[in-house]
Amino acid sequence: MNDRRKVDLTRGVKGRFIRDRLMTVVFTGAGWFAILFIALIFVFTFREALPIFTDPEVSKEANLHEFFVKRVEGETIEQQFVWQPVGEVPKFSFIPLILGTLKATFVGLLFACPIGVAAALFSSEFAPPKLREWIKPTIELLAGIPSVVLGFFALLVLASWLQNTFGFTYRLNAWNAGLALGIALLPVVFTISEDGMSSVPRHYREGSLALGASRFQTAWKVVLPAALPAVFASFVLAFGRAIGETMILLMAGGNAAITSFSLSDPLRTLSATIAAELGEVVFGDPHYSALFFMGTLLFVLTFVSNSAGQWVIGRMQRRMQGES
Amino acid sequence: MNVTTINMSAGDRQSEERATKIHEEPEASPKIQVRDFNFFYGDLHVLHDIALDIPEKQVTAFIGPSGCGKSTFLRSINRMNDIIPGARARGTLMLDNQDLYAKAVDVVALRRKVGMVFQKSNPFPKSIYENVAYGLRIGGVNDRRILDDIVQTSLQRAALWDEVKDRLDSSAMALSGGQQQRLCIARALAVDPEVLLMDEPASALDPIATQKIEELVYELKSNYTIVIVTHNMQQAARVSDRTAFFMLGKLVEYDDTNTIFMNPKQKLTEDYITGRFG
Amino acid sequence: MTSVDLDTTLTRRIASRSRRRFGEIVWVELLGLSIVLILAILGVIVADVVIHGAGHVTWTFISESPRQGLTEGGIYPAIIGTTFLVLLMTAAAVPLGVATAVYLHEYTPPERPKQAWKRFRAAEGPDRRKLFGTVLLSLLAKVTRSAVANLAGVPSIVFGLFGLGFFIQFVGRAMDAATQPAGQILWGQGNLLWAALTLALLTLPTVIVATEEALRTVPPELRAASIALGATRWETIRRIVLPGALPGILTGAILAISRGAGEVAPLLFTGAAYYLPFLPEALSSQFMHLGYHVLILSTQSPDVEATKPVLYGTVFVLLVLTFLLNLTGVLIRARTRSKLRAGG
Ligand SMILES: Nc1ncnc2c1ncn2[C@@H]1O[C@H](COP(=O)(O)OP(=O)(O)OP(=O)(O)O)[C@@H](O)[C@H]1O
Ligand SMILES: [Mg+2]
Repeated sequence: MNDRRKVDLTRGVKGRFIRDRLMTVVFTGAGWFAILFIALIFVFTFREALPIFTDPEVSKEANLHEFFVKRVEGETIEQQFVWQPVGEVPKFSFIPLILGTLKATFVGLLFACPIGVAAALFSSEFAPPKLREWIKPTIELLAGIPSVVLGFFALLVLASWLQNTFGFTYRLNAWNAGLALGIALLPVVFTISEDGMSSVPRHYREGSLALGASRFQTAWKVVLPAALPAVFASFVLAFGRAIGETMILLMAGGNAAITSFSLSDPLRTLSATIAAELGEVVFGDPHYSALFFMGTLLFVLTFVSNSAGQWVIGRMQRRMQGES
Repeated sequence: MNVTTINMSAGDRQSEERATKIHEEPEASPKIQVRDFNFFYGDLHVLHDIALDIPEKQVTAFIGPSGCGKSTFLRSINRMNDIIPGARARGTLMLDNQDLYAKAVDVVALRRKVGMVFQKSNPFPKSIYENVAYGLRIGGVNDRRILDDIVQTSLQRAALWDEVKDRLDSSAMALSGGQQQRLCIARALAVDPEVLLMDEPASALDPIATQKIEELVYELKSNYTIVIVTHNMQQAARVSDRTAFFMLGKLVEYDDTNTIFMNPKQKLTEDYITGRFG
Repeated sequence: MTSVDLDTTLTRRIASRSRRRFGEIVWVELLGLSIVLILAILGVIVADVVIHGAGHVTWTFISESPRQGLTEGGIYPAIIGTTFLVLLMTAAAVPLGVATAVYLHEYTPPERPKQAWKRFRAAEGPDRRKLFGTVLLSLLAKVTRSAVANLAGVPSIVFGLFGLGFFIQFVGRAMDAATQPAGQILWGQGNLLWAALTLALLTLPTVIVATEEALRTVPPELRAASIALGATRWETIRRIVLPGALPGILTGAILAISRGAGEVAPLLFTGAAYYLPFLPEALSSQFMHLGYHVLILSTQSPDVEATKPVLYGTVFVLLVLTFLLNLTGVLIRARTRSKLRAGG
């Protein structure tokens, strides 16, 4: 032991301890601070919507009955459910907005789900590895396009093209907005479905191939069913993304809050309504609370659909890990 | 029964070497003293009333069937079990007459005194040099000359110097399994511990690398108190001075290695080392 | 069975097989076509923007303020506003997100709440109080994790609502009440700070999730080795855990930033301005923003054709910005992946 230089490693131990303690405090503090803010998001979005239940001034005009049930005098359904928040007698029916949201979401999912799943199946089962290494980052690039750019594209390019090709009366309509929305949903459907398909254990495929099934049969009859929970989850998550998407619909939807079931009419979604009106609204007004309530609604719906999607994915992952 | 024959011949060689030694060394107080030591993982009682003395500057081997608690006991000696939730110790475990589980014990200082080598080699994804220097750097030693010096002696002691001296700055991950394990030993030696705990250090290695590790253990015991867990009877017989046989969380027998292998007092021990079970 | 029989069955089988094969090939091609379609969409959008926009991006465009009702001049204030906004957002979101993930992964109990609760029920004496803390912390970690994971999917417009309701109406008004003469509004309206904090909150979940995932890839054995050498927890985190997780953290952070840079919805009521001839001077200033500018130019312009060149130029700049950020993130990840493959 004498043949080596001795270093005293006990020196400075106290300082190291203090630093360790300090960092524990720092991380705990930072963690709790972030957690506090996350909790505040829940609290404050709900808080601003609360007056429709508690404040008689507000709830006289904006309340659940008004939002979801009430019909005003009128011949057609279009005249009965009206969102007209400014005026002598403000009308706060959510129905046209919900309908708009659903129409756009429907078209978006109709476009994105089949294409996204097909692309995922191709990428995970048939694409050569080299190609696959290109597909995934490219789709990520597509996911990285800001939605305001997609909205711009739909407004300026896609809408004209669709109108010229299909002869719509209105340039901006559910088809146009929904397709643009679908472009934003494609990466969601693709990524999650692809992850699910790639996580299907190899022995599933080997077993099927060994029985003489072709690669296509294996993909179609073995991999796809096994990955079905993930595919389903990708639809649910895409749905959540769709109902909350704002810029695309604000720009490409036509901004007409009309109660119509036609996909070639212009539309307005819940999210676009918030975006268009909250800037001008008077703080504390029934209109203000109604918009916050709309936000709360979107919050709850997306939070729930997300949780459901995540739950399905988590369950599938655990099962796949257990089996491989 | 050729296992036993090998054991016996190995034991013979060892016993001769030891015979001279034991007479040289006067009875010293044991480095580690264990009394009534119990250990729990939550509700699971894995060590029952362990009592033994581990002598200084000798090699003590722990043997026993899988799951009997050898690793648990080994990790209790530098309190690595502290990081497992629900782990609890009861009883006394003394190092140099100091209770390791007393409130005032500074575990960081303890782990410097009691180094550890794991079953699976786990070098940091850094250079060879930085791996060995790690313990010193966190201790605030940054003087390049001191570091160079200690890195070199530690690698020499771990019998790795000649193989890596020209590539100290290349990644430790590029070394072979056996070299990685010796690097981990060097890394542990660099902070100058008094006790070295080794949990099946050679179980993942080929015979030649294993032999290197065994030779190394034999070398190191002149400076360090070594406790080694092994599943390999011959290895225990070859490298250790004392052997403890554990079963189902109990210490069945603890004695000089050649007594354990040639002349066990317990039937269980004999059955185990002759390979009648486990 | 005669050899003739065998022959015919075989041929028939092979024939049916190749017919099946042919059908399958068509199907596979259809699947492949969907990829082509996706790539084509990306290609059309990018090409459209590049063809109409790239030519308009001159030095003047980048370095001057808008003129003539936004139809001429440049987008300098919007570029600067976006840059300030993204930098502020990053400064707030990344350190806090990384620290939170480290807290969740390295400092809260590794057990599930259920296990901790079981131990608490079984324990006696002085352990009990400590164990109760463990139960609470592990519950906190679990709830936070799921809240964070699900917040990542909450629409950005909701974050805008929060920014308005919390930062502007609650914090801002309180600050004005405390510091400003009565009736004066400084903080109780949208500005750079509130917009950046709103965006930071929007990106925070992504940063936390990505960081925790990266921390999970650092093998526990390395932590054990470090601790066994006498390192404290912080030393282990600083020297082993964070360096090991760095590529993953960087990738996650950059992707989150790139998402934040392109978001417009949360800015609508937190401080983005239609037109400002000057740059933001303080945290309490309003600001111009590339994405918001795209929205304004494409929906509010009185003369669409006259605005088009500026509009396309702005979209081009915004797209380049987000693509560059994205690409950096993807490249870092690809590099570390291939390195990992080479190393192990
Ligand atoms: N972290 C842990 N949590 C709960 N139980 C554990 C933990 N580690 C070990 N055990 C249990 O404690 C008992 C002793 O384990 P230990 O690892 O000490 O055995 P061992 O003798 O080292 O076995 P082996 O020879 O296989 O390494 C086993 O029953 C094991 O299942
Ligand atoms: Mg063990």
